[in-house]
Amino acid sequence: MVGDAGVSADGGITVGATVGATAGPTAATSGAPADTSPPGDTVGAPSAARVGNPGPPLWLLCELTYTCPLHCVFCYNPTDFAKTEQQEELSTDDWIRVLRQGRELGAVQLGLSGGEPLTRDDLETIVGEAHTLGYYTNLITSGIGLTEERIKALKDAGLDHIQLSFQDSTREVNDFLSSTRTFELKSKVAALIKKYEYPMVLNVVLHRLNIDHVQEILEMAQSMGAEYVELANTQYYGWAWHNRERLLPSREQLRRAEETTNRFRERVGSRMRVLFVVPDYFERRPKPCMNGLGSVFLTVTPDGTALPCHAAKSLPRLTFPNVKDASVEWIWRDSPAFNHYRGDSWMKEPCRSCPEKTKDFGGCRCQAYLLTGDPDNADPVCDLSPHHHLVTEMVDKASAPDAPSPVVEHPLIFRDRKNSRALSG
Amino acid sequence: MSGGGSGEAGHSGPGDGGAANDGAGGGAIRGDARPGLGRGFRFQWEPAQKAHVLLYPEGMVKLNGSAGEIMKRCDGVRTVAEIVADLESTFATTGLEKDVHGFLTMALEKRWLEMRA
Repeated sequence: MVGDAGVSADGGITVGATVGATAGPTAATSGAPADTSPPGDTVGAPSAARVGNPGPPLWLLCELTYTCPLHCVFCYNPTDFAKTEQQEELSTDDWIRVLRQGRELGAVQLGLSGGEPLTRDDLETIVGEAHTLGYYTNLITSGIGLTEERIKALKDAGLDHIQLSFQDSTREVNDFLSSTRTFELKSKVAALIKKYEYPMVLNVVLHRLNIDHVQEILEMAQSMGAEYVELANTQYYGWAWHNRERLLPSREQLRRAEETTNRFRERVGSRMRVLFVVPDYFERRPKPCMNGLGSVFLTVTPDGTALPCHAAKSLPRLTFPNVKDASVEWIWRDSPAFNHYRGDSWMKEPCRSCPEKTKDFGGCRCQAYLLTGDPDNADPVCDLSPHHHLVTEMVDKASAPDAPSPVVEHPLIFRDRKNSRALSG
Repeated sequence: MSGGGSGEAGHSGPGDGGAANDGAGGGAIRGDARPGLGRGFRFQWEPAQKAHVLLYPEGMVKLNGSAGEIMKRCDGVRTVAEIVADLESTFATTGLEKDVHGFLTMALEKRWLEMRA
């Protein structure tokens, strides 16, 4: 659950609402107060560009690869991921250097995702090194490729936690949404996770095509012995952005799903905890995306690009540094890209004079950019934003009785290399 | 010495225990019980935060000084009575039992700790 950007990758990192707002970065907000110092107010400053004195990047997310056996329509990976060829991916030594440098800065939570991290045959080595360095290691996976041999090796290497993603409770919808035949495999992996005494944490990304199955999804989770289920509504970045008209649920669908979830919670009590992440297009205040960019969260993409949020690669005007060329310390503390959105001097009205700016940091920069064309605008999810109508209009359209049947009239764009090349020209 | 953890838990994930108790912290704390770290948690000193932290799936609790001192003695071997005695001797004070029991009750409820046989 990392997020803000709130998207759930296939691996189920919920960026944005879940990750961002709940689990991930927010979880780790300690020692990282909102930085409101003006730019240039540098503390012991090797670089005039440094804003304030940033706390440690408590959350390090390593996207080990873009290779993935699934082709999920709601993946938050960039649609041009195919530009990164497999041979351009960071080597084992590169990743270990990143882990060491991150740990020296005070990173404590490590997310290993992708793509599907299990497609890297050095995953066990990376986990072992991370464990020795003192990280709490979280594997965010579709489960494809998690054989008993590998789960045992990962356990021995010190892996702390596995988050398993499902696309739906039924084989048909699960396999359709991921454009694969993987449901049975995932069920087997769920049993392995129990056998090796990991807490069973399931992540299911919800949207128009599966949100009516919440009851069945929760029952499936219960029968697998899940201790924790995250029902993360899709957040619209990457592939999900391209498929948004087909994925956005109606108000009525959302209401029913929440009702069902609440009834289920009452029935099972504390035996299984369920987090329901409302899609933020239905909210009136933005999520405190990443607790503010450059505050606690650092992502490194498969080719080594360092980002302050997993979706940030889409932001214009910023040149994101690469761990092949610079140290993690310089990137985090001094690089212009990571300092750009620290503090509030970048803000425009209505955020700049808004008393809530220290709480939500103006919302999500990626969402502001995708919806309004300017990443410095208020997140249009906020009803104080002059662009809020862009969001409500989309929800109105999705909620209209004659809303298009998603699958038939607009084919979904599955996340694969061919579509990636087509979308990135 | 006050024995509370600081309230920096993250999301309501698997690590925060919530209301679930499994009976562990239900009764009085026995002096001969042996508290150890809960399954799925990692506990360590973080120089960057100048604090002890508890890590759990995708979350972190930053502990205050007192909580850190108690937690670091909970190794599943020492008894509660031994931990109290050690703290009182380390900090040259007396009467810590109530505070330690208070912290342990809360930590057991949150599953940060579990009693070992």
